[in-house]
Amino acid sequence: MKEFLYIIRGGQEVYEKNSPEQMQKHMEHWQQWMGGLAEQGKLVGGQPLMNEAKTLIDGGAKVIDRPLAEGKELIGGYLLIKANSIDEAAKIAKDCPSLEYNCSIEVREISPME
Amino acid sequence: MENKDHIDQTLNHLFRQESGKMVAVLVKIFGTENIELAEDVVQDALVSALETWKYRGMPDNPKAWLYRTAKNKAIDIIRRKKHSHLIDFSDPKKQLLTSEYTLTTTMNNFWEENHIQDDFLGMMYACCHPDISQENQITFILKSLCGFSTKEVAKSFLTSEDTISKRLYRTKEYFREHKIRPEIPPKAAINSRTSTVLSAIYLMFNEGYNATHTDQLIRKDLIAQAILLCRSLLQNLQTQLPEAYALMALMHFHAARIESRVTAEGTLILLPDQDRNIWDKKLIAAGNNYLNRAAFGDALTTYHIEAAIAYQHCIATRYNKTDWKKILSYYDLLLKITTDPIVFLNRCLVILELEGAEKALDTVYEINDQKTMEKYYLYHAVLGEIYHRLRQTAQAIKYYNKALQLTQSKIEQQFLRNKIAGILN
Repeated sequence: MKEFLYIIRGGQEVYEKNSPEQMQKHMEHWQQWMGGLAEQGKLVGGQPLMNEAKTLIDGGAKVIDRPLAEGKELIGGYLLIKANSIDEAAKIAKDCPSLEYNCSIEVREISPME
Repeated sequence: MENKDHIDQTLNHLFRQESGKMVAVLVKIFGTENIELAEDVVQDALVSALETWKYRGMPDNPKAWLYRTAKNKAIDIIRRKKHSHLIDFSDPKKQLLTSEYTLTTTMNNFWEENHIQDDFLGMMYACCHPDISQENQITFILKSLCGFSTKEVAKSFLTSEDTISKRLYRTKEYFREHKIRPEIPPKAAINSRTSTVLSAIYLMFNEGYNATHTDQLIRKDLIAQAILLCRSLLQNLQTQLPEAYALMALMHFHAARIESRVTAEGTLILLPDQDRNIWDKKLIAAGNNYLNRAAFGDALTTYHIEAAIAYQHCIATRYNKTDWKKILSYYDLLLKITTDPIVFLNRCLVILELEGAEKALDTVYEINDQKTMEKYYLYHAVLGEIYHRLRQTAQAIKYYNKALQLTQSKIEQQFLRNKIAGILN
């Protein structure tokens, strides 16, 4: 099996308007979906991210006090999963609860370095 | 000050009732190899409660507060230790603790009420693993599941804190080496494993019931905790075996008489002289209820018969109204399934009541293994009593003195001294 990174973008605005009940429901979906991956041995790990950031640009010469991309492009979290192919990884991502908030998920294979 | 006492009392009670359950849940989260961590979290929650409640007053639901605090502390520890290899997250359910996407929900699931009771039972079975000595089993139960401090456990066993720490260490090492998991055993093993748990509970009860201690508080605590542990077995469909009901009945019949066994000055009062009016009727009725429920299946254990004997004593309105014939038949039955010398000696006392001192003396000397008997305080006390009844004063005093040397209990020693003094006067 190969390893893949999900880069989850956007969704923060909708997410923050949620009621506590909706939040809890949403978190239970995460629990079920990730629980399923863990049971199948396909979950490596992953975390949601804070909105605040420092970004080093110009080869590290400059530091800005915000993430590089904002709004719909803001990275809200990442996951590492195992799958046999990028197609399978993308198929697995289809059930990711982040999609409930209209996020985008970029699926990238971890590149083995020579 | 009154407020402080109230907080102390509530916390103490809560701690005795709930700390074992909290430890059990935390052990399930952190793993058996991290029992100390689990205990520390519960201890921390207690300290937090003490400090917070002192300033802000007691919360509306102290129990929920304590659980919430322990849970939050567990979340903190997971966040700090998730990369440290201290905790094994390889189990899929535990893996979800390592991601913030799922940490809180997973943690909440671990603390769901319907799991907690099973986890607690699982811990009880782990503590009573057949390879762990009974002494170490009870030491561990008192410390980890009953919220006793090392000092209180030491007091319960009349030994040093150092000895207790060593016992605890050995048990923890055993858990670590053998990767013992806290779980209710499968059906095929439930009878034999429960029997180990029950004997630990009964031994704990007897530590409290027998007059080894002058410390009334410790005694009552041990009794209450033994009953609490047995009750949790009865609350689960897998573990509510007939013998557990029988032990529960037995402990209730004994506990009903506790107030009448010792005077305010701490002198032992024997059955004939106990004030039967202060026997706890409610406990006797509850015991009888448990005994009736123990009568299913084909299990006939020592607990069943001992409970039946204790019940006979409880329902006799006066000592000389005791149905000794029935009791003797129970002892005969008991000796068919056990070789316990104490049972044999108690049977001799029944013979003494029923057939007189000479017959009782014959019965005592029927014992084959005199060498083992020599070591029992009760053996010499029984002989003392029999010779006293036979008016062989010198012999009676000799045996009472021997008994005196063999018991460590101050209450029993005082009792024996009074007996000797009674003969000499």
